[in-house]
Amino acid sequence: MTKVLLFGRLRDVAGWRETEVTPAPAMLSDLRRRIDQAWPELARALAGPGIQTAVNRALVRGDIALAPGAEVAFMPPMSGG
Amino acid sequence: MITLTEKPFDPGAALSAFSAGRADTGAVASFLGLARGEAGRATALELEAWPEFTGPEIEKIADEAGRRFSLHDVAVIHRTGEIAPGEAIVLVMTAAAHRREAFEACDFLMDYLKSRAPLWKKEHGPSGARWIEPTTRDLADAERWDG
Repeated sequence: MTKVLLFGRLRDVAGWRETEVTPAPAMLSDLRRRIDQAWPELARALAGPGIQTAVNRALVRGDIALAPGAEVAFMPPMSGG
Repeated sequence: MITLTEKPFDPGAALSAFSAGRADTGAVASFLGLARGEAGRATALELEAWPEFTGPEIEKIADEAGRRFSLHDVAVIHRTGEIAPGEAIVLVMTAAAHRREAFEACDFLMDYLKSRAPLWKKEHGPSGARWIEPTTRDLADAERWDG
């Protein structure tokens, strides 16, 4: 199982904030392919500019291996203050 | 100290508490951000955070500000959830020996919060809701401190 979290406009696009993907994808790129199949609109939004990804609460770039039970968060451009 | 709160806070009380009991601090600077009504176009601001991630990420930058500007102390209070026009969204407070470091640390922290802190802002109004993304100016402001 891989836990997927969405924030900001991404959750509006997908219509959910949190889900579990089973069986757990081995790589982040595998997860992206699964998202492309299940939620094509979300996949398009994830391909846009300024999307950051955190795996187990650490920002990552590029493709990485996902341990079973990993938590993957997709975050659109950030804006506080 | 970093505080994320869904409830309105009293900026004056927070500043008094932050300034109290400092014998060696010559300067306390603060920045208070308020939610704008945009002449009726914004009826509420919705601030989304991921508390388990947002708090620690802001803490890291506050620690960096502490080292970079030789601060005696730093505190950030940030609202989350629904915020009405006129309410305080964010209060940054910095304490240093002299004013320059305190001012600059406030500026540095606000530039970070506007475009790099894990927070997401949605403006609600009579004509619907829209997510607000950092402006080109916000991004350029944050880049001033890089490198």
